[in-house]
Amino acid sequence: MYKIVERNDLAPNIFLMKILAPRVAKSAQPGQFIIIRIDEKGERIPLTICDYDREEGTVSIVVQALGSSTKKMEAYQAGDYFADFVGPLGVPSEFTKADLSELKKKKIVFIAGGVGVAPVYPQAKWMHEHGIDVDIIIGARTKELLILEEQMSKVGNLHLSTDDGSYGYHGRVTDVLEDLVKNQGKQYDQAIAIGPMIMMKFVCILTKKLGIPTVVSLNPIMVDGTGMCGACRVTVGGETKFACVDGPEFDGHLVDFDEAIQRQAQYKKEEHEHEHHHHHKNGKCHIRGEY
Amino acid sequence: MDRFTRTPIREQDPKVRATNFKEVCLGYTEEEAMKEAKRCLQCKKPQCRGNCPVSIDIPGFIKEIAEGNFAQAAKVLAEYTALPAVCGRVCPQEVQCEKTCVLGKKGEPIAIGKLERFAADWAREHDVEVGKAKENNGIKVAIVGAGPAGITCAGDLAKEGYDVTIFEALHQPGGVLVYGIPEFRLPDTVVQHEIENLKKLGVKVETDVIIGRTLTIEALLEEEGFEAVFLGSGAGLPRFMGIPGENYNGVFSANEFLTRNNLMKAFKEDYDTPIKVGQKVAVVGGGNVAMDAARTALRLGAEVYIVYRRSEEELPARLEEVHHAKEEGVQFKLLTNPIEIIGNEEGWVTGMKCIQMELGEPDESGRRRPKPIPGSEFLLEVDTVIMSLGTSPNPLLASTTEGLEINKWGCIVADETGQTSKEGVFAGGDAVTGAATVILAMEAGKKAAQGIHKYIQSKKEN
Ligand SMILES: Cc1cc2nc3c(=O)[nH]c(=O)nc-3n(C[C@H](O)[C@H](O)[C@H](O)COP(=O)(O)OP(=O)(O)OC[C@H]3O[C@@H](n4cnc5c(N)ncnc54)[C@H](O)[C@@H]3O)c2cc1C
Ligand SMILES: Cc1cc2nc3c(=O)[nH]c(=O)nc-3n(C[C@H](O)[C@H](O)[C@H](O)COP(=O)(O)OP(=O)(O)OC[C@H]3O[C@@H](n4cnc5c(N)ncnc54)[C@H](O)[C@@H]3O)c2cc1C
Ligand code: SF4
Ligand code: SF4
Ligand code: FES
Repeated sequence: MYKIVERNDLAPNIFLMKILAPRVAKSAQPGQFIIIRIDEKGERIPLTICDYDREEGTVSIVVQALGSSTKKMEAYQAGDYFADFVGPLGVPSEFTKADLSELKKKKIVFIAGGVGVAPVYPQAKWMHEHGIDVDIIIGARTKELLILEEQMSKVGNLHLSTDDGSYGYHGRVTDVLEDLVKNQGKQYDQAIAIGPMIMMKFVCILTKKLGIPTVVSLNPIMVDGTGMCGACRVTVGGETKFACVDGPEFDGHLVDFDEAIQRQAQYKKEEHEHEHHHHHKNGKCHIRGEY
Repeated sequence: MDRFTRTPIREQDPKVRATNFKEVCLGYTEEEAMKEAKRCLQCKKPQCRGNCPVSIDIPGFIKEIAEGNFAQAAKVLAEYTALPAVCGRVCPQEVQCEKTCVLGKKGEPIAIGKLERFAADWAREHDVEVGKAKENNGIKVAIVGAGPAGITCAGDLAKEGYDVTIFEALHQPGGVLVYGIPEFRLPDTVVQHEIENLKKLGVKVETDVIIGRTLTIEALLEEEGFEAVFLGSGAGLPRFMGIPGENYNGVFSANEFLTRNNLMKAFKEDYDTPIKVGQKVAVVGGGNVAMDAARTALRLGAEVYIVYRRSEEELPARLEEVHHAKEEGVQFKLLTNPIEIIGNEEGWVTGMKCIQMELGEPDESGRRRPKPIPGSEFLLEVDTVIMSLGTSPNPLLASTTEGLEINKWGCIVADETGQTSKEGVFAGGDAVTGAATVILAMEAGKKAAQGIHKYIQSKKEN
């Protein structure tokens, strides 16, 4: 059993949980994820590692409650326990192994959308701790869904945007990036974009045009997360990859996003039925697509 | 009594069982078991024994059953196998012990597997204690993976007095026995009982630990104080065909399909994991895994085809499973090979293009090589395709452990005693041989336990 030691609500339906899992905390690196099973009957839910504290033995996750399992999670409070918490999974971000002096010469921009801010945070923090100055673009649908602004502002130069213009730049993250490059004379050697598949797709279309190499972090449907089932397969550069063990980070310019988006919808019908089965009281259908 | 005819075993009616996940075979009663056991000739040179990979004293345990000493029968079995209730259910007996039983020459061989299962089930139901551990010697050994290989190795070492911890990546121990093989063939309770027995021997089981990620092998040896490590990590990486359309929605690996159903219990209403089974399902492959996937899909309400490129004779699955699958209504499309999966605009499978095959000259495996018949392509209308083409070892351990040698198939290189290229690290089971059988994995776990014991002894002497 894994104890929830802290819980913070960041925005409507978005919450952060700090979980006591010393072994995971000790090995965790930026770019990796964990899998949670809420209880005996729960499914295995993959979630990115947002932060870790090796001394405390804790790992933080940020969850957006959208489907039945993440909603079930939302009811959990500090002091409660989850049945399973396994990780860290996936390959750490490539830069963690790169030559530091080389890395310092690079101009890097992070682009985060929605809950994608969570996985970007440990990466930007890592950069900050290693003395690398980075730009960060965060986008959300509206002001109240914009999360981790304060933490982010401490580790990089922040550029905010909202789709409805309620805060920061009025537009999408792609508009901000285009503005920075075209109007403000910024040049980037590397972009790291994490968010909903559809956002990553459009960032990649733009960065390809701008000639900026781009890493994305994919969030396909997973079961085991250890390379055993192939549910998470994605096509990258014409080859089939298992996102849980070969990724989750890939060269965004090689990813077949249309296929990935299609595959993500695979259990939509079943999930809805399941949700109605259990929670028909709140009646509404929740179409996913957010990260 | 007719010595050449097998005592029939009770099974769930095919029509009924095709709609539930309860065990198909109901096992012998005490009377039936004794009756079947009495058929055994108690051969002086038992041919059956030589063909059991762990050389179980078959006439020995059968004699005890014949005399009604069921607990003693279980004790005889325990000297050779850690998982008799499992092996009795899933060994391919018709090509092992039962194949060489002398009675088979003139009539039906003894139902060795069914008797083994009977003795083990009896012992479980009557709480017969079959093993004892020596006093804990405080020497720590780590086991990676809680499948048959790891379970056996852990049990043997614990009996020797070692302080054993099993690290398992999934949330439930058992390996393929819990995530792959379905309830209707091997109930979880049988496996759980074996795990409980291990714990009684003092073995610690830590789930949710992925060696290579949560902890490395180096950390086990250098930081966590383990003297030796056994790798029983299996061969869980699924293969795909590499044909067009394989990533359409509705194409699954058998591992995904079975894991959702068995480990995650998707077939039960109150469990959260979803499973997708369409109206018409094609399962590609002909092994035990294919049969399990097909029969699972059938139980979930689909019309199911097995698509296999060779003929019935070459089907690698256990005979009993093929027989059961047919009884339940699985349709066999033999000498048929998929060449493309067809999908609609939204990316969902609508059919599978296949080609008819014929058998040519024998290949390296000795089986006649199938070759396509030109112009025989046809479309099989299905909305789900389950690929069951075999698996290989997961590369994670090798890629995170310096100096651990693997061969060109990705299998860990180990000698007879399980010793790998890395000091203090042993391996066995599917991780070394590639996908094989429960009994072979167990045997490898047993040998490695001896290897580890010798290794630690000699280290202490020096
Ligand atoms: C590597 C990885 C990292 C992730 N990190 C985070 C994170 O940090 N925070 C977070 O909130 N979410 C994250 N996700 C997504 C999260 O796992 C899903 O939101 C969750 O599994 C949905 O479960 P549910 O039962 O609540 O919703 P469901 O009812 O299962 O799903 C609702 C809808 O979402 C779709 N869906 C199912 N699985 C996924 C998925 N993996 N990604 C996107 N859509 C999916 C379904 O098809 C359905 O339409 C991550 C996913 C992966 C693979
Ligand atoms: C569907 C199916 C049906 C089968 N039917 C039969 C049958 O009827 N008869 C028969 O004899 N054989 C059958 N087999 C084959 C048999 O199950 C296997 O040969 C046997 O289970 C191999 O045992 P193992 O201990 O080597 O590995 P596994 O049973 O695969 O166990 C390995 C365990 O190690 C864990 N693991 C892997 N990597 C790590 C890691 N890095 N850290 C921690 N843990 C890890 C895995 O999660 C798993 O639990 C079947 C297999 C399948 C898939
Ligand atoms: S372990 Fe398998 S091969 Fe050996 S006697 Fe039992 S059923 Fe036969
Ligand atoms: S060969 Fe057959 S008859 Fe002879 S001992 Fe073995 S099981 Fe009994
Ligand atoms: S989630 Fe099963 S292989 Fe990736």
